[in-house]
Amino acid sequence: MNKPIRTLATFSLILFLALMLNATYLQFWAAGDLDADARNRRVKEESFASERGAILVNRTPVAESEPSDDQYQYQRVYPEPLKYAPLTGYFSFGDSTGLESSQNAVLSGDDPRLFVRRLVDLLSNEQKRGGNVQLTIDPAAQQAAYDGLKAISPDVEGAVVALEPSTGKILAMVSLPTFDPNDLSSHDFGANDRNYQKLLKDDGDPLVNRAVQTRLFPGSTFKVVTATAGLESGKYEKSADAMVPGGDSYTLPLSTKQVTNEGRDCGSGEITLRQAMENSCNTTFAAMAADVGSEAMLEQSEKFGFNSTYLEDLPGQVQSVYPSDPDESQTAQTGFGQFEVQATPLQMAMVAAAIAADGDVMRPYVVEEVQSAEYDAQTTDPTKISTAMDPDTAEVLTEVMVSTVDEGTATAAQIPDVAVAGKTGTAQRGTDDPPYAWFISFAPADDPQVAVAVMIEEAPGRDIAGGALGGPIAKAITEAVLK
Amino acid sequence: MAESSSLLGFVHRRRRGAELFLLVLALAVGLGGYVAVGIGVEGTVPADYVGYGLWLAGLMVAAHVAVRLVAPYADPVLLPVVAALNGLGLAVIQRLDFDLDTALARRQLGWMTIGVVLFVVTLVAIRDHRVLSRFTYTSGLAAIVLLITPQLPIIGNEVNGARIWVQVGPINFQPGEIAKVLLVITFAGYLQLHRDALALAGRRVLFVDLPRGRDLGPILGMWAVSLGILVVQRDLGSSLLFFGLFLVMLYVSTERPGWLVVGGGLFVVGAFLGYQAFGHVQTRFNTWLHPFDYYDGDLGANSYQLVEGMFGMAWGGLIGRGFGQGDPTRIPEVESDFIMAAIGEELGLTAVLAVLVLYGLIVERALRAALISRDDFGKLMAVGLGTIFALQVFVVIGGVTRLIPLTGLTTSFLSYGGSSLVMSWVIVALLLRISDQARRPLPDLAQVEEPDADEESTQVIKL
Repeated sequence: MNKPIRTLATFSLILFLALMLNATYLQFWAAGDLDADARNRRVKEESFASERGAILVNRTPVAESEPSDDQYQYQRVYPEPLKYAPLTGYFSFGDSTGLESSQNAVLSGDDPRLFVRRLVDLLSNEQKRGGNVQLTIDPAAQQAAYDGLKAISPDVEGAVVALEPSTGKILAMVSLPTFDPNDLSSHDFGANDRNYQKLLKDDGDPLVNRAVQTRLFPGSTFKVVTATAGLESGKYEKSADAMVPGGDSYTLPLSTKQVTNEGRDCGSGEITLRQAMENSCNTTFAAMAADVGSEAMLEQSEKFGFNSTYLEDLPGQVQSVYPSDPDESQTAQTGFGQFEVQATPLQMAMVAAAIAADGDVMRPYVVEEVQSAEYDAQTTDPTKISTAMDPDTAEVLTEVMVSTVDEGTATAAQIPDVAVAGKTGTAQRGTDDPPYAWFISFAPADDPQVAVAVMIEEAPGRDIAGGALGGPIAKAITEAVLK
Repeated sequence: MAESSSLLGFVHRRRRGAELFLLVLALAVGLGGYVAVGIGVEGTVPADYVGYGLWLAGLMVAAHVAVRLVAPYADPVLLPVVAALNGLGLAVIQRLDFDLDTALARRQLGWMTIGVVLFVVTLVAIRDHRVLSRFTYTSGLAAIVLLITPQLPIIGNEVNGARIWVQVGPINFQPGEIAKVLLVITFAGYLQLHRDALALAGRRVLFVDLPRGRDLGPILGMWAVSLGILVVQRDLGSSLLFFGLFLVMLYVSTERPGWLVVGGGLFVVGAFLGYQAFGHVQTRFNTWLHPFDYYDGDLGANSYQLVEGMFGMAWGGLIGRGFGQGDPTRIPEVESDFIMAAIGEELGLTAVLAVLVLYGLIVERALRAALISRDDFGKLMAVGLGTIFALQVFVVIGGVTRLIPLTGLTTSFLSYGGSSLVMSWVIVALLLRISDQARRPLPDLAQVEEPDADEESTQVIKL
C-alpha cells in the first residue's frame, strides 16, 4: 500500500502548495487591487480615522487632524473653512477633493518619500502618521482677495488668483460662493450627505473652484495676448508708441457686422498701441488678430498655456481654450476675447505673470513643501513651462499696461508710489445676461512681485465693469503682498 | 519497510526530548500570541498571562507525559505542531473576543482542556490500535446513527441553515465530528478485509482497471450517504469530506487508480445533480465565480463574508496589521470558518503560510506513520486520519481564499468550536498511537521461538 501513500503525499503537497500560492496571490499580488476597491470599507475607515498631516499656510494649519473620542480616532478640522475651502477641499468618508485629494499620499503617510519614516514607525510599533503640506499661499493676500471679492455682493460669484511671476507660486486663490468643509467631513455621515446634497443643489455651485474649474470669455483682458502676438509677429514696431489700427468701428471680414468701442476714444486710422490699450479698443485688437492670423494667435495662446493642463497640485483644472480653426471673422473676434476664446482666472493670472516675468511662463503651484513628521522637508522647485515672448515685447506690454492703470480704463488699481500694470475686461455673454468682469494686473512694474487675475461671473445688485469691480481687489492683494 | 529496517538493526529513536523542546516553542507561540493580543488591543500585557501560560504549559506537559509513558516511540513532531496551532487559535479567538464582546476564548480553553484529557484517555485506553478493527461495523453503525441524530425532533438543532447540531442539555455539539473518526475506523476495517476482492477483480478499459460491478456496492453506498448529507443536512463541506475520505482510503487499500476514476465520476455526477437541484449549491458556485457581484449589489449579499475576508487578507498584506489593528470582525463567522481570514488580516501572509506549513506537517507525519506502519489496518487508519486534515484544510482555507467554492468546515485546532477541537485531539492521539506502534522496535521473537523440545528435555547446569 506504500505506493499509493506516496502518491497521496505528493498530491497533498500539491494541494498545500496551491493553497500557499493562492494566499500569496491574494495577499500580495491582488492586494493592491482589493485595497483600491471602492467597496472596501477597511481602507476607507483607516484613512478616515488615521492621523493625517496638516495643510499649512505659514505654519498655521488650514486643515488638520484632531483627536476624537468617538469610533474614529481623528477628526479633520478646517480652522478657516470658507476662505480656504477651494484649496483644501474636504475629506469625508471615502471621498475627498482639492488638496485633500491631490496630496492624499503625503497627508496619509503613504507617499514613497515618507518611506523611511514609515519603516521607523513600523519598527517602533507606532501608528502611521501623515506628512504635512506647506502651501505657497500668502495669508494676507488670501485674506485681501477673500474680503475684496466678498465685499462686492453677498451673493457674488467669482474667483481671484494671485501668482508670484518669477516662480509660479500661487499666493492667493479664492472662489465664491464657497462652502464649509467641516460640514462635509464630520463623523456623522448622514449630516455630511445632507449638507453635500444641499451644496449640490445650490445654484451658485459652491463646490466648484472657479479659479481653475470655470472658464469664461476673457473679454478685453485677452487683448494683451493679442498684443503679444502682434508684437511677436514682427508686423508692428516693438514700442509702446508703435502705430496700430484704430478707428471707431471695424467691419468683421466676410461680414457686414461692425465692431465698435462703445464710445471710447480710439481715434481714426492709426493710433498708438498705448492709446489702444488704455482705451481698450476693440477695433484695434480685432484688426490686429485678423492681421496676424489664427495660426499665430493659436500659437501665442498656447505659449501662455491655453489648450493645456499645467496645474498638478489641485485636481480638476479645466483647460483654457483658444479655438482651433476659426475663420477670419472669428479670428478677429478672438482678438478682444470673444467668439470661442475661454479662460480660467488662473490662466489669465498666468498671462499677466508671464508679461511680468519677461515672457517666462512658470508652472503654477500651491504646494511649497511636503514635510514628514520629522520635518525633513522637500521643497517644490519652480519650473518653466514655456517662453511666451521676448523680453523686449514684455517690456513694451508692461509700459502700455502701466499707462492703462495710470491713464486708461484701469485706474481703480492705482497704488501710490507703485507702478501697477493692469488691464480690465468686460466680456459680453451674447445674451441679455450681464457681462463678466475681469481684471488682470501685476506690480511693481519694474520688479514684479505679484500678478493678479480677478473674475466676477455674477454680482447681483452691482453694475458689472472690470475696472470698477476688479481693480480695487487687485489693488488690495497687491498691497497685501508688497506690505 | 519496517521489517527490512529491523533486519538491518535499525531502531527508531524515541525523540521525546525533541518533542519537549518543540513543545516549549509551541508554548511560546500560544503564550506569545496571548500577550501580543493584550498589548495590541488594550496596550497592556494581560494581567493573567502567568496563569494562562501555566494552564497552557500544564496541558502540554500532561499530553507530553502521557505520550512519554504510554507511547514512547510516537512521532515527536505531531504534538508540538497541534499545540502551536491550538495556542495560536486561542490567541486569535481572544483577540476577536475584544471586538465581538464575547468570552469565546475562555470556553475554547475549556474545550482544549477536555480535548487534552480525551487525548490522554485515548492514548491510555487504546494501547494497540488494532483492537479498533473489532469495531468495524459497530462504529459504522454508530457513525450513521450520529449523522442522523441532528434530524431528530427534540435534540436536533439548526444553526445558520445547516442542521448538523445536537443539543443535549447545555451541551451543543456536532455529531458529524465524531462520525468522521468512526467512519475512518469503519473504512479501515472494511477495506483491510475486502481489499483483495476490490483490488484484483475487474476489467481493463482504456489503460485503467475498472472494478467489477458487484464490488461497486460500498462506494455507491458511501456516495449515497454523502448525497444524503448534502440533501438532508445541506452540509456541503461534510458531504465532500466523507466521500473524499472514503475514496482516498479505497484507492490506498486497493492501489488501483481506477477507483479514483469511478469515484471522481460519481463526484462530478453528484456535484452536477446538487447544482441542478439546490439553490444553495448554485449560490455557492456563483459567488465563487463572481464574488464581487454578490457583495452588496442587486443580486444580494451572498458573498459578503467571502469578499470581506478577501478584503481583510489583502489589507493584511505580507506582515499583517498587527493584533488589534485590523477589523476582522467585519467578517461574519470569523471566529470559526473564517479564522484564517482574521489571521491573514492581522498577522499577514507570513502567518498564513506558517499555519499552512504546520497543517502540511500534520498530514506529512500522518502519511509517514502510514508508510512505516506494519499492519494494513494501521496504515489505512493513518491515511484516513491524515486525509481528514488535508481535505478539511484544503476545503476550508481554499474556500476562504477563493481557490475553490466556499463550503462550511472548521479549521482544525484554530476555529472556535468544541466538537471539532476535542475530536481533533482524539485524532492526533490515534495518529500517535499508530506511529508509536510503527516505530516501536519489533519484539524479539527469536527468543520466544528458540527453545525447542531438545533444550527443554535437557538442562545444563553451569556452576
